[in-house]
Amino acid sequence: MTEPGRLRAYSAAVWGMMLRDLQVLRRNLLPFVTRTVMNPLLFVFIFAYVMPKIGQGVQTGSAGITYATVIVPGLVAVGMVFQGISAVALPLSMELGATREIEDRVLAPLPVELVAIEKLLFGGLQGILGGVVVFPLVYLVPAAEVTVRVASWPLLVAVILLASLTSGALGLALGTIVRPQQIGLMFAVVVVPITFLGCVYYPWAMMHPVRWLQILVLANPLVYMSEGLRAALTPDLPHMPVWAFLGALSTATLLLGAVGVRAFVRRTIS
Amino acid sequence: MLPALVVERLAKRYPGPPEVTALDGVDLEVEAGEIFGLLGPNGAGKTTTVGVCTTRVLASGGRVLVEGLDVHAEPAAVKRRIGVVTQQNTLDRSCTLRENLYYHCRFFGFSAAEAGARADELLDRFRLTDRAGTFPLALSGGLAQRVQIARAIAHRPRVLFLDEPTAGLDPQSRLALWELVAELRKDGLTVLLTTHYMEEADRLSDRVAIIDHGKVLVTGTPGDLKRTVGAGTIIQVQLERPEAGLATRLRELPGVREVDPMPGGLVVMAQGREGLVSSLVEAAIPYGLKDLAIAEPTLETVFIKLTGRDLRD
Repeated sequence: MTEPGRLRAYSAAVWGMMLRDLQVLRRNLLPFVTRTVMNPLLFVFIFAYVMPKIGQGVQTGSAGITYATVIVPGLVAVGMVFQGISAVALPLSMELGATREIEDRVLAPLPVELVAIEKLLFGGLQGILGGVVVFPLVYLVPAAEVTVRVASWPLLVAVILLASLTSGALGLALGTIVRPQQIGLMFAVVVVPITFLGCVYYPWAMMHPVRWLQILVLANPLVYMSEGLRAALTPDLPHMPVWAFLGALSTATLLLGAVGVRAFVRRTIS
Repeated sequence: MLPALVVERLAKRYPGPPEVTALDGVDLEVEAGEIFGLLGPNGAGKTTTVGVCTTRVLASGGRVLVEGLDVHAEPAAVKRRIGVVTQQNTLDRSCTLRENLYYHCRFFGFSAAEAGARADELLDRFRLTDRAGTFPLALSGGLAQRVQIARAIAHRPRVLFLDEPTAGLDPQSRLALWELVAELRKDGLTVLLTTHYMEEADRLSDRVAIIDHGKVLVTGTPGDLKRTVGAGTIIQVQLERPEAGLATRLRELPGVREVDPMPGGLVVMAQGREGLVSSLVEAAIPYGLKDLAIAEPTLETVFIKLTGRDLRD
């Protein structure tokens, strides 16, 4: 086949796999939404509705900005990364494991690396959907006022795209490395720490008093998603410089993507 | 005409420890339109051979050409030309049967309309239309295997690989599957079938290669292979006292070609059996004749003759 013919064939195959994944997502819409909203819904309900009502509200340290505003970007970021992991890592771990359902895609007429990249892209797409589902919740549920202001649309789009790709890449890396029987453990060892140490509930800059932790969490990709969304949605709160989170998210996507694709090839071709 | 499949000095070693040699120089040539059986016991290297031919296993040495295309150099182009039915049910559990066929076609570049039409055509041909909306987990082994074959040929491949297609199936499903495979040849499809059931290889294949310990021992039509046994009749004699003296006596009987020991008795290979059985019985009675079975040579006999073991060992 000539080069353009080959490219067309590869993209047709990737597109077919996207359609398949979308169909499965459509079929599981209710579990998808439930899974996505439960954690952020309860979190905003308790910390931004109940706590302020009973006089236990969290102080933000910034005058005129409610805690409800502080957590909006972070919870959207969690929604994205959580979807990236559940959309890619969980099914992939099964498909590569006992059921070997991945075979039919491995036998599709394209390099297997592209099968892995399709998973990454779909994880990213589902990550965006996760963020979109979470946003109205964290915006509407709080008792206090939420001040969201998009300072720059291109920045918001760039952050969302990069954050979604990072989520998909993280999902791919976890799904290819973690065995099905270790999935429960993965949540305890990877997902929970990533969420709690992802600068979701406070801006990174405010961690200054716990300097060692502030430096340690820089290894966590969720930190850059939260900070990026903070810069794009709540620019009045302290946040990292743009170059820092865009650079870190690009690096994380490339690194995790490379690890995931390599592991995927190793798992499918012996 | 270009052979459908050429396998040359194919080797596969899995690094250990302990290092395992799965293939030790396999050579095969499968002609276009042929049903070719790869017969051997479990662990002989059949699945590894199919794995390399279908781009899912990397060879340590040698090469494989599918319609002249090297599987290692051009895996994507080879995958267009092959259909694969794996031993295990790998149907997509999250999709209905129709979706399994439909999305398979989409992976191969079919448009939505073409893929839909092809899926419906296959459901009809494989008598699965009333189960189009069923999910794979609800299927019996035989039905799942039928869907796997439908999916494997959906993109109209030239060479179909069936890896142990009837392993674990009940006898009725096995027969149904044999009919199906025989029908596939009408499409002009070349089929490479692996099996450890000698009857399956015998009934379905135009030619058979017997493989053991990662090496092809012999290749030929089932008829030719059975003739290499050198006998038209195989008589298994069960004895209470299988002593060597009897073998010597039996070898002198007219028509007897060969007498080999087997556990609890002897195997007599003979050409023609007129009058033979009565003299054989007479000679065997003093050794405590328990039972006697007469059979024609099978591919299993060929395997035993080549390896000294039977296929189930």
